Amino acid sequence: MNLARASGVILAKELRTEFRSRELLGTTVVFVLIVIVLFSFTFNPTSSESRRFGPGLLWLAFLFAGSLMLQSSFLREQTNDTLAALRLAPIDPFSILAGKMAANFLFLLLVELILLPVFAVLYNVAILPVLAPLLLVLALGTTGLAATGTVFSAVAAQARLRELLLPLLLLPVLAPVLIASTEATVGVLRDPSELSGVWLTFLACFDVVFLTAAWMVGEYLLEE
Amino acid sequence: MRWSEDARSNSCAIWSRAELSRVSTPLSSSPNGGLRIEFSEIEKRYGMRLALRGVSLAIDAGECVALVGQNGSGKTTLLKVTAQLTRPSRGELSFYSGQAQIPVEQVKSRVGMVGHHILLYDELTAEENLTFFARLSGLSDPAERAARALEPAGLAGRANDTVRTFSRGMRQRLSIARALLASPSLLLLDEPGAGLDPEGQRWLATTIVNLRDTGCTIMMSTHGRNETQSAVTRAIRLEAGRVTHDSGAGGDPSEVLVLAAVRDTAGESD
Repeated sequence: MNLARASGVILAKELRTEFRSRELLGTTVVFVLIVIVLFSFTFNPTSSESRRFGPGLLWLAFLFAGSLMLQSSFLREQTNDTLAALRLAPIDPFSILAGKMAANFLFLLLVELILLPVFAVLYNVAILPVLAPLLLVLALGTTGLAATGTVFSAVAAQARLRELLLPLLLLPVLAPVLIASTEATVGVLRDPSELSGVWLTFLACFDVVFLTAAWMVGEYLLEE
Repeated sequence: MRWSEDARSNSCAIWSRAELSRVSTPLSSSPNGGLRIEFSEIEKRYGMRLALRGVSLAIDAGECVALVGQNGSGKTTLLKVTAQLTRPSRGELSFYSGQAQIPVEQVKSRVGMVGHHILLYDELTAEENLTFFARLSGLSDPAERAARALEPAGLAGRANDTVRTFSRGMRQRLSIARALLASPSLLLLDEPGAGLDPEGQRWLATTIVNLRDTGCTIMMSTHGRNETQSAVTRAIRLEAGRVTHDSGAGGDPSEVLVLAAVRDTAGESD
């Protein structure tokens, strides 16, 4: 079975499992909404202030969402040792990672899309006029978040102090993605015509490099 | 003395092959014939601990091998190495179909495994689980294959129930059905009788006998004496990662099985 098809089968299973239980999405959406609402009370922001620090808060909330969602990506495969069942299948081991990355990307994007209108209202930021470039930044940043998070979730799931290990591994690697995503979002909210291609190129390069690395070492990452 | 009596009375509980043939059930065949496996000086190290110490074996196609030994003797590790779930730290593992050696990466499509855990998703229904794994195995018409696999496992009536609601025995039956989905040439069973009631054990024993008769190579780890051992054509005892007893191809496995049962009983009493 080819890589794309196997990844698609795993993605479909991930979506079915999550939408049936709704454990992860429900918890994460509520959590990040609380974060955004709390920040809005603390800062009482005006529109111009929001454009300055809003993107930082937004990506901080996305990072919290990622930490919550990505941790369980491989943890739930341990309940009945289903990771072994996936590894027994005659498929490219990277397709397991790719399917989970795609699922995590979609889950995170869904949370972000739920969060954006709330952010726009509470922080008095008009996002409709800049929706297209904003979605591009979200897609690139979320790809980086989902790809790194899924890979490190696979690594951490086999460790003893897994809950502690994932943030320790993930945050330093994610720092460049978060900085680039925040800078790009600031540019989009200030004036889309001023959006620097440097940050978008950086995000795209990070995504390509990390996905390539994951493809090369995928087989070893999933081993016991 | 008491241990020997226990072992003898346990062995009386084993179903004879004639009795097994009367149990109507399954099921899968291995159309490609079984695989021959050669282990050469296999060693597996977990940190400082050696789980397997220079295991060298040749298992012929169509053999039904029981791996016996106490907990921690290396049975599960040997099955995992065979299934390529873990790499050996040293040594070589080769697979043959007839006279031709098969590249290791092509072996997975011909292996079925029942693990220590059930290897199924609690959130999915029985049918969804089997359909998912049939799709991953690249089988044609996965939904139809899944429905057909549920029938002999006695779970057709619970096809649309989530695995979470199943009893231990039903989960084990479904796990066995999953392993047989792709009609494997090599079946690896890690204590497959665990959680099964006597009827389930008979069903499993019949399944194993049928598979063995179609030429499928079977390796299973077992504890004590149980119905599944009626299908065994060879018994291998492992102790601390080493092969200590091997009834050999074509030999009588009962001596090794009884010895293992006696030693296991002794170990439990200790």
